[in-house]
Amino acid sequence: MKNIVRKYEFYLFIIIVTLVVFFAVFSDNFLNLENFMDILISSSFIGIMAAGMLVVLISGGIDLSVTAIATVSQYIMAITIIDYNGNLFSAFIVAGIIGILLGTFNAFLIYYLKAPALIITIATLNLFYGATIFITKGKWIYNFPEWFNQSHNLFSFTSADGIHRYSGISLPVVILILVFILTYIILKYTVLGRKIFAMGGNAEAARRAGFNMLGLTIFVYCYIGFLSGIGSVGQVLILHSVQPNAIVGRELEVIAATVLGGASLAGGAGSVFGTALGVALLAIVWNGLVIMGVSSYWHNVIIGLIIIFSVSINAYKRKKTLRGY
Amino acid sequence: MLKDNYRIYLSNIRSLYQKDPTLSILLFSFLLIVLWLLIFFPGKVLTLGNFQSMAFQLPELGILSLAIMITMISGGINLSTIATANMAGIVSAFVMTRIIADTTSGSTIPLIVLAILAGWLVSLLIGLINGILIAHIGVSPILATLGTMTLFEGISIVLTKGYVISGFPEEYQFLGNGVFIGIPIPFIIFLVLAFFVSIILRKTPFGIANYLIGSNETATRFSGVNIKKILITTYAVSGLFCGIASTIMTSRFNSAKTGYGSSYLLITILISVMGGVDPSGGFGQISGIVLALFILQMISSAFNFLSISSHLTIAIWGVLLLLTIGLRNIQRRSL
Repeated sequence: MKNIVRKYEFYLFIIIVTLVVFFAVFSDNFLNLENFMDILISSSFIGIMAAGMLVVLISGGIDLSVTAIATVSQYIMAITIIDYNGNLFSAFIVAGIIGILLGTFNAFLIYYLKAPALIITIATLNLFYGATIFITKGKWIYNFPEWFNQSHNLFSFTSADGIHRYSGISLPVVILILVFILTYIILKYTVLGRKIFAMGGNAEAARRAGFNMLGLTIFVYCYIGFLSGIGSVGQVLILHSVQPNAIVGRELEVIAATVLGGASLAGGAGSVFGTALGVALLAIVWNGLVIMGVSSYWHNVIIGLIIIFSVSINAYKRKKTLRGY
Repeated sequence: MLKDNYRIYLSNIRSLYQKDPTLSILLFSFLLIVLWLLIFFPGKVLTLGNFQSMAFQLPELGILSLAIMITMISGGINLSTIATANMAGIVSAFVMTRIIADTTSGSTIPLIVLAILAGWLVSLLIGLINGILIAHIGVSPILATLGTMTLFEGISIVLTKGYVISGFPEEYQFLGNGVFIGIPIPFIIFLVLAFFVSIILRKTPFGIANYLIGSNETATRFSGVNIKKILITTYAVSGLFCGIASTIMTSRFNSAKTGYGSSYLLITILISVMGGVDPSGGFGQISGIVLALFILQMISSAFNFLSISSHLTIAIWGVLLLLTIGLRNIQRRSL
């Protein structure tokens, strides 16, 4: 019990419960199944990328180009689906492969150029995004085949009065849950995961211990690339369109969610459970404010405050534990 | 005889390279680009009129590069530069359009001064917040400035609701568009600031400590330097510079808006890295920044002339940043 109370995630959980109670008291539309599903669906994309960002942050890196990778994979996936038809599975395969390729590109640059990952991924963010918009001329894509637009609901049910049809289990949400489980297994139960932790804790020590640093770097950036590719397909399934400006800029939300979940930029720290709570907290705050009628102009103010607040608490905590030694 | 002269000339170049490789490579690329422009765009890009328009466009980028450069030398980074500049510009714009509109009589100059000072104060405050988060609380510079960037971008949106604020007094517009003995005023402001920063970085204890923190923070702490004070000053100065850049920007555009200069973050990082600032901290000097600034401005004028799309330009800047870092690695290995 004492161990649970001491954990960062515990406090995060308490904050979430408090927020849910707060919003439920002040608004009638917050606490119901439909809204809960809405929150899950709308946060699935950020959540999938956040799982990748968690792995990158644990390894001691950062990837700002996630959203650009997602945009590139969305476009290429959309063009293949519309021009060559195919099926849902091939959509995910195409997007995933594009994500992995761009991730490998990032990894090689970060490993061989020996410059901070932040600078490299700012460069690749602009390269990927600028090139995509230049080639596609920033066109929106709508004309997906009917089967594609229909495939995001795995299962739907009708309310007792027969009026409302709820989307039951949405494919992006299923993917989100699978991704979190996969990331948890990789980080917790595989040698690879432990190596990533070691690499983020002390890169020099990991190198001297004989770890294949290039291989680890490639895995980490491919993983986030793969997830943003997969996640971007989910996003298209929800929105039924590809929009050039819809995603780039949201990498801040991804970083906010992971950092809120306790991951540190210094590397070597962070948990899947914390990240899930971070994603949930951001989504609940945003949804609650919208339901309470707060203008969307406040979006960035609130995300900014949450980032500053959570990184400050994390930094302060780290300082205190360091002093303890 | 001629052969000897040639040999001396060559050895001079070699000693220049060994003395300062970064600067000589920059100088070389500068000459190369001038040559490229002369051969492929004869009498089109390198004209007097174009030089003057470059001298108007360059200062805001230059000052923002200085703002990001001093934080990079200390081993950090300031990602909130553009958000800070826009926020400061919006505050100045509010003071000018809301207050000045009411006082139709008398001189507007005191109120312009008030507006500028209000903007600078806000930018200084944002810099101080960054500094306190980084130095006192121990937040990593990336996250701290990412947070303030998002926060102040948000506050600017809330204040303006995304609209443009425009219609400043003529005296204010003079700051960004005026000319003093043939030289654009923004350019004079930039030169003064660049000179000021180069003196501070090289001659004052603060500047030297800033370099030391960038190369080895722990060693600097144990040699008795007050790291917190230095870092807070660095980020405060960085913030203030964003405010000064915003004064030039808003008076040149005669308007203030949240989204101005969204591509500037990449470009200013590119200028700093190209100018020899080590992204990991500890190295960098003003002369490199100024040369890199001129090189980029000339390339971008050529792009303008060829009417290359802004998205392709962004992609090219990204490639250029990667190439710069790659070349620097090769150069370092060869030394």
